[in-house]
Amino acid sequence: MFSIGLGHYLTLAAIIFTIGIVGIFLNRKNIIVILMSIELILLAVNINLVSFSIFINDLSGQVFTLFILTVAAAEAAIGLAIIVVYYRNSGTIRVEEIDKLKG
Amino acid sequence: MIAHAIVFYIFSLIAIISAVMVTVSKNTVNSVFFLILDFISISCLFIMIGAEFLGMIMLIVYVGAVAVLFLFVVMMLNVAEQKNEWFNASKRSSHIPVGLLVSIIIFFELIIVIGGWKYKPDLIDSLAIEINTELTNTQSLGSVIYTDYVHLFQISGMILLVAMIGAIVLTFRERSGVKRQSYFKQISRERNEGIELIEVENNKGVKIDV
Repeated sequence: MFSIGLGHYLTLAAIIFTIGIVGIFLNRKNIIVILMSIELILLAVNINLVSFSIFINDLSGQVFTLFILTVAAAEAAIGLAIIVVYYRNSGTIRVEEIDKLKG
Repeated sequence: MIAHAIVFYIFSLIAIISAVMVTVSKNTVNSVFFLILDFISISCLFIMIGAEFLGMIMLIVYVGAVAVLFLFVVMMLNVAEQKNEWFNASKRSSHIPVGLLVSIIIFFELIIVIGGWKYKPDLIDSLAIEINTELTNTQSLGSVIYTDYVHLFQISGMILLVAMIGAIVLTFRERSGVKRQSYFKQISRERNEGIELIEVENNKGVKIDV
């Protein structure tokens, strides 16, 4: 309990990953919160990579985390731009009213 | 060791609670603030286990750029009156129990994988880049990024460039009736169409027709 090992960090990452997935599934009103849940999932992946990198004593995990950070930033920018364009065209970003594709 | 454990538990508790608050809070602005709190506590954890550079980069990139971008968009789209209400079981809420079930199953799968997982015995021998403890974290990362991973580094720069151009192109809106600078017209002006020499007679003005 009091010696923090790899398992603690992996469990924390698993919990945050699951919270992100719950946020994607159960959110019904606002599509921005879905983007934030995706950020949470990427954060959990980063925790996994960094803790493995530290505990195995290998640096490449941190390099990968750096690249995931750049891709996450790009993804957030593009996603928010798409949301802005959608809001401008249709006047709403509620999840239940976005049904153009009839899915 | 006990201090390390206590700090770990405090930060991870803050991270988990704020991650829950991101998904359940009614106001979108509040969830952006909780997202910022989450990133800050996770970067504190990174700094604690010895990945200082990534912790600081997380602060700069996520808190400084991404979260502020989220805040800007939330405020720009005026979603304050669109409350984030889930669990209102008024109409077609059948996906809520299914979503909860799938999430719980995913969580237990992750926990099972963590519990029953072991290193391969020859993993430590086949390390790609061993961490040199004499250098700082930033130095060792830099010596790897700019040599072994330089192509990936430049490709990630290209990804950022493409994302920036894409965001600008997506949100660009051309307004009609606004006078703008036209660089091509300005540069392609010639002397003979811009200047005219006129003989001015005595006691007479010059009539300029524009």
